[in-house]
Amino acid sequence: MAYMVNDSYDLPTINYVNCYILDGYSVAGPKERMGKLGEHYDLTVDNDKFGEDTFEKGERKMFATALQGAINKSGVSDSDINAIIGGDLLNQIVSTSFATRGYPIPYLGLYNACGTFVESLVVGAMLVDNYMQHVACVSGSHFSTAERQYRFPLELGVFRSPHSQWTATGAGCTILSNHSAHPCARITKATIGRVVDYGIKDINNMGAAMAPAACDTLLAHLNNTSTKPDDYDLIMTGDLGKLGGYIFGDLTSKKGVVLGDNYMDCGASMYYPEQRTYMGGSGAACSALVFNSMILNQLHNNEIKKMLLIGTGALMSPTTSFQGDSIPSIAHCIQVEYEEELWN
Amino acid sequence: MKSQQKDYAQISKSNYKSYVFETSPKSSHWKNMIWAFLIGGLICVVGQLLIALFIKLGLDKEMSSTLASSVLVALAAITTGIGIYDRLGRFAGAGSTIPITGFSNAIVAPAIEFRSEGLIYGIGAKMFTVAGPVIVNGVSVAVIIALLTALFGG
Repeated sequence: MAYMVNDSYDLPTINYVNCYILDGYSVAGPKERMGKLGEHYDLTVDNDKFGEDTFEKGERKMFATALQGAINKSGVSDSDINAIIGGDLLNQIVSTSFATRGYPIPYLGLYNACGTFVESLVVGAMLVDNYMQHVACVSGSHFSTAERQYRFPLELGVFRSPHSQWTATGAGCTILSNHSAHPCARITKATIGRVVDYGIKDINNMGAAMAPAACDTLLAHLNNTSTKPDDYDLIMTGDLGKLGGYIFGDLTSKKGVVLGDNYMDCGASMYYPEQRTYMGGSGAACSALVFNSMILNQLHNNEIKKMLLIGTGALMSPTTSFQGDSIPSIAHCIQVEYEEELWN
Repeated sequence: MKSQQKDYAQISKSNYKSYVFETSPKSSHWKNMIWAFLIGGLICVVGQLLIALFIKLGLDKEMSSTLASSVLVALAAITTGIGIYDRLGRFAGAGSTIPITGFSNAIVAPAIEFRSEGLIYGIGAKMFTVAGPVIVNGVSVAVIIALLTALFGG
């Protein structure tokens, strides 16, 4: 059954004063390279294992590469980074923690499933706005490691449901700072989502499970900021996929908020139909890859001035699914703006 | 996604599941059944050809069937190893799961996957994660049927 919580409580929206996005770096897998956004990623790898002997070590190396790539690209050094925060989909978030062990830098491990990347930006922005100079936010996922943890062995001949999604392989890292000498995008607001469960139990339909959470958070953000969808150049969700994105649009329009052509979903935009991902990508890598490549470039080229990024996460585990429980979901929203005038 | 959907005035927690069910794309049962029939049938035809071949080579019927099954299991294990069998399964569904080749695939796939955790805690512990439930339930049902046969079958 669906969990009945009182959703008349308002979600608060946080305002950030000084949170600058210095730069981002994305490392994507081979299937992502062949996808629609292939040329945007900073680095794409030929092999899922990234030259390591297991998929898990390969994923770890993607995280470490994204982290170091973002630090270098931002023009800062390792010692300038005051904290690394992030997470991934594996049990005990090993990919992020193991990738971080090579750095003598404070570390916070986070988990909100596929919404972890946006969660890390929400927390990272708080840190640079109050206490720290530079924070690295890193997140991602890996098809081959996630598949065996959540579903079946790779070589098992199983029938794939037409509304299923494909876990994206890759990692993205963003460097946040409390100051910037050159024009760059800023995180100005955030709305932290709550756990929403509408009773969906089908783990092949996570888009449908997460859509109500995304709707809840978006409506709260629009309400708190007295804005409407047209006020943004882009409203982007993480990994609702094609079906989840459609349901999301349906849910918001029933509440009187109609999304226009400025809405996109990272997971639904990553692959071509002939790549047989059905409803598109899923996983923390979707938002981490798309935001740190194409979207950051568009922001810094002044093509996007104001946008919302909504990270969506399905918070179940294989154990809870086997025990017959429904899928609780979460969505966090950040507002990113680029105002060149600030530096004039 | 739109075509088969009723018009919902409001979507709430109470009607969300039926709304999602109607909105989600369905897999075509006819298409799936035809694929399952063709691929499953093809596997069985190969088995039958093998039996005929072994009989022709001078083996008796029982020995030929056993040998044909062994060859099919070996073929499925090899095609699993080189990454072909799972592609077959994506559209053949039950057609590639039900024949004896599906059983082979269900044991070899986790064995390959969990090799990275070593021979004991990897392959040893995980090899039967998919096939194990089939064996346990299959044996249990066989015992019950055998008991019933012994009691009432005369």
